[in-house]
Amino acid sequence: MPNISSNLAGIRSPNPFWLASAPPTNSGYQVMKAFDAGWGGAVWKTLGVPIINTSSRYGAINYRSSRMVGFNNIELITDRTLADNLREIEEVKKYFPEHAVIASLMVESRAEWHQIVKDVENAGADGVELNFGCPHGMCERGMGSAVGQEPSVLETITRWVKEVAKVPVIVKLTPNITDITEPAAAAARGGADAISLINTIQSLMGVDLDTFVPTPMVDGKSTNGGYCGPAVKPIALNMVKNCAQDPDVRIPISGIGGIENWRDAVEHMLLGASNVQVCTAVMHYGFGIIREMIPGLENFMREKGFEKLDDFIGKALPNVKTWENLNLKYKVIADISAEKCIGCQLCYTACEDGAHQAIALPKNGNRVPEIIEGNCVGCNLCSLVCPVEECITMVRKDDGKKHESWKDYMAADKAPTTFNDDRAGGKGHWVPEPAAALKR
Amino acid sequence: MPEFKQPTTEQDLELAFEQLKPYMNPTMAYYESSRCLFCYDAPCVTACPTGIDIPLFIRQINTGNVDGAAKTIYDSNYFGNICGKVCPTEVLCEGACVYNHQDVKPIEIGRLQSYATSQVIEKEKRLYHPAPPNGKKVAVIGAGPAGISCACELRLMGYEVTIFEAKKHPSGLAIYGCAPYKVTNEDVLDEIVWLQEQFGFEILYNHPIHSAEQIKSLEAYFDAIFLGIGLGATRPMSIPGENLENCYGATEYIEQVKISPLKVRVGKKVVVIGGGNTAMDAASESARLGAEEVTLAYRRSKEEMGAYEFEYELAKGVGVKGIFNAVPTAILGNGQVEGVRFIKTNSENGRVITVPGSEFELPCDAVILATGQEKKTGFLSLIEGLEWNKDGSIKVNVETFQTTNPKYFAGGDAVNGGAEVVNAAAEGKMAARGINSIMA
Ligand SMILES: Cc1cc2nc3c(=O)[nH]c(=O)nc-3n(C[C@H](O)[C@H](O)[C@H](O)COP(=O)(O)OP(=O)(O)OC[C@H]3O[C@@H](n4cnc5c(N)ncnc54)[C@H](O)[C@@H]3O)c2cc1C
Ligand SMILES: Cc1cc2nc3c(=O)[nH]c(=O)nc-3n(C[C@H](O)[C@H](O)[C@H](O)COP(=O)(O)O)c2cc1C
Ligand code: SF4
Ligand code: SF4
Ligand code: SF4
Repeated sequence: MPNISSNLAGIRSPNPFWLASAPPTNSGYQVMKAFDAGWGGAVWKTLGVPIINTSSRYGAINYRSSRMVGFNNIELITDRTLADNLREIEEVKKYFPEHAVIASLMVESRAEWHQIVKDVENAGADGVELNFGCPHGMCERGMGSAVGQEPSVLETITRWVKEVAKVPVIVKLTPNITDITEPAAAAARGGADAISLINTIQSLMGVDLDTFVPTPMVDGKSTNGGYCGPAVKPIALNMVKNCAQDPDVRIPISGIGGIENWRDAVEHMLLGASNVQVCTAVMHYGFGIIREMIPGLENFMREKGFEKLDDFIGKALPNVKTWENLNLKYKVIADISAEKCIGCQLCYTACEDGAHQAIALPKNGNRVPEIIEGNCVGCNLCSLVCPVEECITMVRKDDGKKHESWKDYMAADKAPTTFNDDRAGGKGHWVPEPAAALKR
Repeated sequence: MPEFKQPTTEQDLELAFEQLKPYMNPTMAYYESSRCLFCYDAPCVTACPTGIDIPLFIRQINTGNVDGAAKTIYDSNYFGNICGKVCPTEVLCEGACVYNHQDVKPIEIGRLQSYATSQVIEKEKRLYHPAPPNGKKVAVIGAGPAGISCACELRLMGYEVTIFEAKKHPSGLAIYGCAPYKVTNEDVLDEIVWLQEQFGFEILYNHPIHSAEQIKSLEAYFDAIFLGIGLGATRPMSIPGENLENCYGATEYIEQVKISPLKVRVGKKVVVIGGGNTAMDAASESARLGAEEVTLAYRRSKEEMGAYEFEYELAKGVGVKGIFNAVPTAILGNGQVEGVRFIKTNSENGRVITVPGSEFELPCDAVILATGQEKKTGFLSLIEGLEWNKDGSIKVNVETFQTTNPKYFAGGDAVNGGAEVVNAAAEGKMAARGINSIMA
């Protein structure tokens, strides 16, 4: 049996699955229930200054028959009293000493930070997470993402916390920024023991076409909120990867964003996350999803021969390069399996209208399209739209012997500088004359 | 014109017994599993006599952890693949699926279940490792679903288990009874072989226990004995002509259909007597084997039939005609069956009243009596102190399945009076826990 016990900057938990700071960690009741169900850790709903929440707080987008592929909220931090939260943290730790309880915090002044860190340590928190991510409401008051977007302020506050903290300090980052590695490096400079990302992305969910009010609606008005759920995973993965690869960051990462099952978690970890946090999926399906995540992770590790989490954390990182390092001599071409094709011709119309006119309709009366090899640039589009698994495959056509990247071209002074250069992209690529579009 | 002709080759048989629930391909399984809502306190689970965590295994299929899905199924039900195919899912899990309330097709739970389990069977995947021997020995009488499930669970806990089986194949009525268009004998036997490899119990075939001496020696050697003996032969109707050639008991006839389908004699005009599921099966099977005319005759009204509605629909679908409120008074013929004499009936407050002077005759050349199975009280009377109810079903403690003789436990048809494979599987497993709770 693989060992899935986890260690994030010294914070130990029986498994790498934590609840993110959000409504599922609002109370000791919920956190105990979650631990009982199998979750390894919980980041408590952010504690801090007194706030008021609105009624009607969430919006979602559905894609076709799937509900809540994207989720948004205009909720602030906890609206329960600090004293109640502290008492409940203490109680949870009594029942679950081996599980990780992290206190998420958001206050303003240095004195307030010092005080609240001491309070949660006294209550038995195993770590603190500084919420520099909330992209709505709190930032208008100079907290949350307002801090996360100012690396120097973030660094200062991190230092304040480190002045007193005895437990590991995690800095939670906002994705609402151009380059995530800047606040990440600032956190590291400030002495943070780990970073967690991403918090939610600023968003507006949509507009009601009858009332002209975006959702969620609060008495006829709305406001921008924070976006999360399955739809944000690719953004989160990229940011986790950027931080993991940055030489100025070099502190452990807790991956958050769009995690719903064991696969999503493993992807975050392959890109450098030491553990993961989950919010939307639990808000959708409850704590019970952990039943799927743990055996799924264990099964993956057994099949790949990994004995512990460290065996695969960051394993995909060497395979993520900057664009200039990619091999420009690598050439793939789409190949349609006539046997598997069901004849929907989505590939044809996608390539014809949306790509490179490299697919022809059959003339022999059947419905299986044909690839025009000379025109196919190997973009993948057809294989992505095809509804049949492994029906369109991308087949390698170069001999695999040559490796030349843009960087190599630049170094050898071989980079094309005019459009007539034979090395220039698109040279010799046939496109129909415009008027041919009307001759059908 | 009958839809089916009498099969003479294996290919003919495959057509005649085309599977109602064929295996899904990965695309089907992915689409179907994507639809499951992952309900909380899911009604499908409550409706499953073995309480399989259905939303979990479906989610595991959806996230590509098919082995994990199979494990989830087998943890609750050792007859996972067989049940996926033969369970009356319409009235169990699928009948309870919340989609029914939306008039949307319920999730195809049975087929998804077989999808996952058949793969671990095919790959000979090892999912279970029995505990080290605990030095205790249990005899199981009957290698039906109840007996084998009991054996698996006992082996898991470290008991040594020997199964005594009268016949030459395992799985009881799963192989000798369940309709061939629901499950193939091959699929049944493959699952039992897989179980035997996982759990390592011994089955002694052609080994009926029928004498007091045998029972004494079992009692002397084993610490406990489980009775999974099922039901007996078809109960006679006690009307003239029952001994004519071509008048069969349904279970006996179906056994021939199952074991030597190419050799079984099929009448041209068949009358099936009874209104239960076995009657429906016998009628459907006759029709699929090429009988030109199959008539189901039931002594009460259509609405009062014990058979599930979908089973009657299935029979009608292959050309079976029903006549209701008619009870046979004699089977006619001279050496061979030539017809059945009926008298019409009315049902009043559940009682059947014959209508004087309403006799009629139905010519036919075969009669199948599906009038219920006898209980094995003759055998039971060999066991000291063992008591049974008025209907011949063995008395047990509802939690431990211990009988009135403390050394004996029992489950399956012999206890519930005749239900489904899934009930026998559930009771066999619970009885194993009962044995353990009393012996440990
Ligand atoms: C025609 C028919 C169709 C059916 N179709 C379905 C269906 O589609 N779906 C479904 O879920 N259920 C179906 N059932 C019901 C299902 O098969 C039974 O409920 C189930 O098999 C009962 O399991 P069991 O282990 O209690 O008994 P059985 O399956 O009857 O097994 C008992 C075993 O014990 C052996 N045995 C008995 N006495 C002795 C002895 N003294 N010594 C040694 N061995 C002995 C027998 O040979 C047999 O192998 C059907 C039943 C019939 C008759
Ligand atoms: C309703 C809601 C409230 C949230 N509240 C907080 C919060 O108080 N503190 C915080 O750090 N993050 C908060 N978050 C962000 C989540 O912790 C998490 O970073 C984000 O939802 C992305 O993860 P997901 O895709 O699994 O939902 C909240 C998210 C939601 C949906
Ligand atoms: S989820 Fe609960 S609290 Fe929220 S609106 Fe519905 S009933 Fe009210
Ligand atoms: S998209 Fe796939 S299935 Fe559809 S026509 Fe193209 S190859 Fe065939
Ligand atoms: S009731 Fe239906 S939708 Fe709900 S968990 Fe069960 S199978 Fe899935």
